[in-house]
Amino acid sequence: MDEPLKQLGDHVVQATAGAVTGCSVRLGELMLECEPNRLIALLTFLRDDPKCLFKQLIDICGVDWPEREKRFDVVYNLLSLKNNLRVRVKVPTDEATPVPSSAPVYSAAGWFERETYDLYGVWFSDHPDLRRILTDYGFEGHPLRKDFPLTGFVELRWDDVQKRVVYEPVKLAQEFRRFDFLSPWEGAIERALPGDEKAKTS
Amino acid sequence: MSDVEIKTLTMNFGPQHPAAHGVLRLVVEMDGEIVERCDPHIGLLHRGTEKLIEYKSYLQAVPYFDRLDYVSPMCQEHAFALAVEKLLGITAPERGQYIRVLFSEITRILNHLLNVTTFAMDTGALTPPLWGFEQRELLMEYYEQVSGSRMHAAYFRPGGVHQDLPDGMLDSMDGWIKQFIPVLKDIEKLLNDNRIFRQRTVDIGVVSAEQALDWGFSGPLIRASGIPWDLRKSQPYDVYDRMDFDIPLGKTGDCFARYLVRIEEMYQSVRIMEQCIVALRKVGGPVRVDDRKLSPPRRGEMKGSMEALIHHFKLYTEGYKVPAGETYTAVEAPKGEFGVYLVSDGTNKPYRCKIRAPGFPHLQALEMMTKGHQLADMSANIGSLDIVFGEIDR
Repeated sequence: MDEPLKQLGDHVVQATAGAVTGCSVRLGELMLECEPNRLIALLTFLRDDPKCLFKQLIDICGVDWPEREKRFDVVYNLLSLKNNLRVRVKVPTDEATPVPSSAPVYSAAGWFERETYDLYGVWFSDHPDLRRILTDYGFEGHPLRKDFPLTGFVELRWDDVQKRVVYEPVKLAQEFRRFDFLSPWEGAIERALPGDEKAKTS
Repeated sequence: MSDVEIKTLTMNFGPQHPAAHGVLRLVVEMDGEIVERCDPHIGLLHRGTEKLIEYKSYLQAVPYFDRLDYVSPMCQEHAFALAVEKLLGITAPERGQYIRVLFSEITRILNHLLNVTTFAMDTGALTPPLWGFEQRELLMEYYEQVSGSRMHAAYFRPGGVHQDLPDGMLDSMDGWIKQFIPVLKDIEKLLNDNRIFRQRTVDIGVVSAEQALDWGFSGPLIRASGIPWDLRKSQPYDVYDRMDFDIPLGKTGDCFARYLVRIEEMYQSVRIMEQCIVALRKVGGPVRVDDRKLSPPRRGEMKGSMEALIHHFKLYTEGYKVPAGETYTAVEAPKGEFGVYLVSDGTNKPYRCKIRAPGFPHLQALEMMTKGHQLADMSANIGSLDIVFGEIDR
């Protein structure tokens, strides 16, 4: 099942002359990696090449890896109806590096890129209309980043005196609880646990 | 005569409007009665589902999928269940797969009944929703019988379905199918040759095949534009490859074609249901994987077995760990391609769970479809797009 995908991956790597920096097939899914400056050329090739014909842009989304130097992955999922194949293109970037907008290649990219910008703060250059899309008017921050707390920073309530809604800092009735289910008994944690100091020394 | 400068009028449509199908706010620029621009403002129902899922175990994430597109809940659970199963490297047992296909098709009928009839209401007909909702009510009783809930079922779990069908359900479904076909024919009689309905939908919002591809259309919308594409046929999951059904195609790509495609899909869904009922009478066995590290033990076992009790406790507090990896898995939901891009880092919680809702690109194309039409045609277009804000805003 993976063999045609591998061949297709090799074909793309050769034909785009260095645009693809990584190519792998896992779980029966083909994944290509690419630098931002070569992205448009790669997407155009994937759309128009007779062996690829990925005519549909299914999805664009971001993934945050805060510990990496380039903390964001922008992930493009493409679909070829003709060949009944899917491909995933990943572009690493950070807060400062813009990714060229793919709206000229796929019309559907407009909103998906707005969403990625809204939730992660990834900048798309030459985007026709890069506004927030899912969050509130005047929202600050990018909520799907890993360093954004689940509870957010502000909460909204109706103020009966001022007769309008007001924003206030979040007040939690009890501290936000996050249970660590990575069980120490399976050896996931290196440090000694309180009361279990002997475990290391023996 | 001097040149008269015509100024466009900017108008606000929604977010509280019966034809907006939820909380859609449109900022429309009008030149007289003609729509020049329309800019949908979405996000009024944004609940941060993707962020919440990152803080929940894989099992706790399932109910969030019911609350996305709340008129086709089980199809979305299906996508998530298949994605987790792919990462875990397991497949549901045969009986579980048949039950999932059966309930996916019930979900499709539920969804199309709502859309077709409220679409008729948007164009001025009140009777179809009254007739259609009665049938929806009967179908939701099946939901309730298997899961205890009429809408938010949380019935499809990674590894199968939560429990087996109750006794007598298959016979009852046979009876439902017998009385449903005449009702569907009646709804068709109300609308197909209805002069008002035709005037409101034929040649309105025409989308060519090229445009449908470019704008990321899927599901009934891409089929109405004449592209034969259905994930149940082309990338079959569960037991869809054993089912015998046809894919209806539209010729014109207008609102009326989208309506006709949905009506015909309901007949095909009934065909699939019939085949599933026949198969479920023969296929026995478990309905979810028999692995105690993934699916909980039965109540009765827990009374007597210490291991069963421990497994139950561990599964419902810690959950199970999913091997590191990533997958994009999609199903043919009633509205189009519903996909889940799931990234696991090897812990008991998803690292990232991106939900690809079909309505999102469909609504994006509203401006392209509506430009140059009259304002009243916009509500026909919105109705034919079949949008639900639970999934678009997430």
